[in-house]
Amino acid sequence: MARIATQTGFADTLGTWKARWGIGRMDFLVPPGLYAIGRPTPDAPVLVTANYKMSYDIVRLTLDSRNCWLLVLETYGINVWCAAGKGTFGTGELVRRVTSSGLARVVNHRRLILPLLGAPGVAAHQVKQRCGFTVSYACIRAADLPEYLDNGLATTPAMRRLTFTLYERLVLIPVELVLTLKALAVISGLVLLACGVLGGLTAGLTAFGAYIGAVLSGIVLGPLLLPWLPGRSFAVKGAVAGLVWALCYRYLTTAAGWSIAATLAALLVLPAVSAFYTLNFTGCSTYTSRSGVRKEMRLGLPVMGGAVLAGVVVLLIGRLI
Amino acid sequence: MKGFRYLKDVATLELDRETCIGCGRCVEVCPHQVFAVADRKAGMVDRDACMECGACALNCPVKAITVDSGVGCASGMINEWLQERKLGRLGGGSCCD
Repeated sequence: MARIATQTGFADTLGTWKARWGIGRMDFLVPPGLYAIGRPTPDAPVLVTANYKMSYDIVRLTLDSRNCWLLVLETYGINVWCAAGKGTFGTGELVRRVTSSGLARVVNHRRLILPLLGAPGVAAHQVKQRCGFTVSYACIRAADLPEYLDNGLATTPAMRRLTFTLYERLVLIPVELVLTLKALAVISGLVLLACGVLGGLTAGLTAFGAYIGAVLSGIVLGPLLLPWLPGRSFAVKGAVAGLVWALCYRYLTTAAGWSIAATLAALLVLPAVSAFYTLNFTGCSTYTSRSGVRKEMRLGLPVMGGAVLAGVVVLLIGRLI
Repeated sequence: MKGFRYLKDVATLELDRETCIGCGRCVEVCPHQVFAVADRKAGMVDRDACMECGACALNCPVKAITVDSGVGCASGMINEWLQERKLGRLGGGSCCD
């Protein structure tokens, strides 16, 4: 049985930082199977997690100086919640891993402790039927595990309440930025070229800066200011962030000599760009529903497309007259 | 969720109270406190808070709950839509695939 460390060194910290920035995020696969934390007896609790670097790290660190079993499922490097949504952190994999690890011979109880966000993938009653183990959904955050274990495996209401704090939103932003870099480089290059050809170098550079700012407003500002931006819709929140950006940028770059058409175009295009990126953040959020996002897309995407098109038309008309 | 509310009247969550046996699993697995059990029957006390993760439906031993769950991010849904029409994928990719 492999025993695992419950304290991290520099390499682990560096790894977490790299994962947050999307650098080799999938190179951290922890081999699935049963592990020992401390010196667990057959009575020690069995905790279940995913083989995503951060899931595994957070759980083992939280369990420092305790004795328990850790059953790591094969989720192909995906975190518990996303893997549960896909079904890889699921009933089938759990039952398979319980059987292949010979857990029933290692422990003399029949209880598995699962992260609450694994529940979208695991049917507790089927696990019981298929391998005899009872599933207890402990808590959402690994940080609550010590309290859960110390309180005789009792979940408090706060342990099953999702949050989306400023810090929780902040740590999601780097990877969103990295995933957008390619599209950002291509589109901002095209904006620079098109506006440069149309109105000269200054106009090109001004438009280039305006576009990058709108993307950043949608990816960084929208998510950070989420609870304070008006409306329930992510697209509306993003559009407001983009509008604020457009007005500030227009005011700060007055020296670039904005025409009325260019100002109007900026007020049409930039909020639409930000709205698109903030709408995309629904994928990271902890409270949006698929049906809600579908509704936002059905109503929002045509409006965003229309606004961008109208902005381009206004710019062209402005050049002609 | 405290400080956050998403769109009203969009969730596809349905509960068949006739079938419900009041076991309370839905209350246990819901991270947004949508359900409460009273008089041995579950009820939806905050349906608009549902994020359609599907945990309640999957863990209901008598299949009293239905919900259309699945990928909920815009780029994921655009990719689903593109793939259905065999048009390739959106660049940049999604964070969890």
